[in-house]
Amino acid sequence: MEYKVSKHAKLTTIILVVVGLLSLVAGIAMDHNHHGVSGRLWANLLVDGYFFFTISLAAVFFLALQYVSEMAWGVTTQRVFQAIMAFMPVGAVVLLIVFAASSLHMNHLYHWMAEGVMEEGHENYDKIIAGKSAYLNQPFFWVRTILYIGVWMYFANWFRKNSLKEDKLNLDGAVSPVYKKAIIKGVLFIAFFAYTSSSSAWDWIMAIDVHWFSTMFGWYAFSGMWVSMMIVAVVMVQYLKKNGYLKEVNSSHVHDIGKWMFAISCLWSYIWFCQFMLIWYSNIPEEVTYYVQRFNDYRGLYIGTFFVNFMMPFFILMSRDAKRNGIFLIPVALIIFLGHWVDVLIMVLPGTMFEHGTLGLVEIGMFLTFLGVFIFMVLNALSKAPLQTKNHPMYDESLHLHH
Amino acid sequence: MKSLRHFTQYLKKIKNNYLDILTMSDKAIYAIYDDDYVLLESAKHLVSKGIHIRDVFSPFPIHGIDPVIGLARTRIAMTAFIYGMCGVTLALTGMWFFMIHDWPLNIGGKPNFSILTNIPSFVPITFEFGVLCAGHGMAITFMLRNWTLPGFKGRNPYPSTTDNRFVMEIHAGDSDLSAEEIKAFIDETCVLEIDEK
Repeated sequence: MEYKVSKHAKLTTIILVVVGLLSLVAGIAMDHNHHGVSGRLWANLLVDGYFFFTISLAAVFFLALQYVSEMAWGVTTQRVFQAIMAFMPVGAVVLLIVFAASSLHMNHLYHWMAEGVMEEGHENYDKIIAGKSAYLNQPFFWVRTILYIGVWMYFANWFRKNSLKEDKLNLDGAVSPVYKKAIIKGVLFIAFFAYTSSSSAWDWIMAIDVHWFSTMFGWYAFSGMWVSMMIVAVVMVQYLKKNGYLKEVNSSHVHDIGKWMFAISCLWSYIWFCQFMLIWYSNIPEEVTYYVQRFNDYRGLYIGTFFVNFMMPFFILMSRDAKRNGIFLIPVALIIFLGHWVDVLIMVLPGTMFEHGTLGLVEIGMFLTFLGVFIFMVLNALSKAPLQTKNHPMYDESLHLHH
Repeated sequence: MKSLRHFTQYLKKIKNNYLDILTMSDKAIYAIYDDDYVLLESAKHLVSKGIHIRDVFSPFPIHGIDPVIGLARTRIAMTAFIYGMCGVTLALTGMWFFMIHDWPLNIGGKPNFSILTNIPSFVPITFEFGVLCAGHGMAITFMLRNWTLPGFKGRNPYPSTTDNRFVMEIHAGDSDLSAEEIKAFIDETCVLEIDEK
């Protein structure tokens, strides 16, 4: 069945973008920070670019995981995950613009890129940062950034293109050659992603607080992007089913995706807490600064997100019936989606805006604008292909999923 | 009142399930199969004839058999949650009493006068204890409900069902049919052997 973007959906995306932009303009006009509003805008571009780009990225990961684990149940929803990947190009462009502006000193997101930080004798010289210069230097940073984005997008493109190609094959009962190749590609992607999901989080997010480091940070960012993507998938499946699409998806599929959202919420909470608890417990000055900043200036948002993102899914989605029912799934999903966005916000703002960062009109406006574009890109990609794959060897098994 | 009625029904069910097994008041008919899928299809056939299948013994869980023989969904998950919450409460109360209230312990300079400010250091133990209680409570409940705690006499009528046989247990008293009629219906399926004891 082909999906068509409804007028209602188009209107919603336009309203989101317009409201977002209005709120952004109002926010800029009302900003009284004496440093000017540009730093705040750049920080928000990084927040939303990273948040929505990594949602798409996690969809590539989940698709690869489906191939590698020879997962059968997910085949009927595979096109949804493929559609979520569609935001990647836009997100990549936004991120590259932010990084290019940082490199050209148009913003000051990354203190290690500032002039003279690594030069002995310069007034900006910082011994600790200079000690990290083997890794944190402009050429290597750009090599890594281009490599991550290029390789990830190559795989995303490959999975999508070959899945569409697979539909057109005439197999006569033979196992699809695309499927066999996709398993190998999946293994390669996951091996690459295992390293780069962590190192990209260091380069793009952790390097903001350049004096600080956490060995758990990569996992923290990774679980955050994964759960955000699962939330999008849950909402998309519910939306499509409500509009009469995805008839092949039964309550067991809904249950399975709900379980993933529940499970990865717990993974995220676990890592959030581990990172916090170990640093809190050992109480080493150079480590706790990260948390001192967040507890002093962002206490409500910071602790609030943890409770919302952990307690809500944990208690509401624990029962089997709740995970099969849109009435429970959708509200929880939407609230923790905001929760995980705030989580990324609190990863970035304290290191870039210091005590001036807030959750104000600029932040909300930028979020709504990105959300509108994201929804448009995803629905648009969804309408480009049939909602069910053909010739996937495990399609029949997925149709009869029942538990 | 409603819950009382449920409870009496539940007791009746337990009585039906266990009493005549223990007292052997009622003869059971056993239909023995050598394949799980054949048993599943046969069970569907028998149920459609109005025969109540009291239990199925098999070496491994047979997918989809529960709704066919009319088993209600397990409530073991609910008990696991309750046990887990008991564990969490017990752990927090215990640590509050031992380490804050009764004898404040100063470990690494962490606040030792209030449970709230010191909660992060209690979370790992609380979590582990919750899991421990949930797991053990669930296992014990499960074995008690199945009457398979260590030392209990096995209720398995044929030891071969732990190897390669699949057995249905049917009681003539559970439906309106006589034992002979039931056996005739079982004979229509691909049964290996019909036994009565």
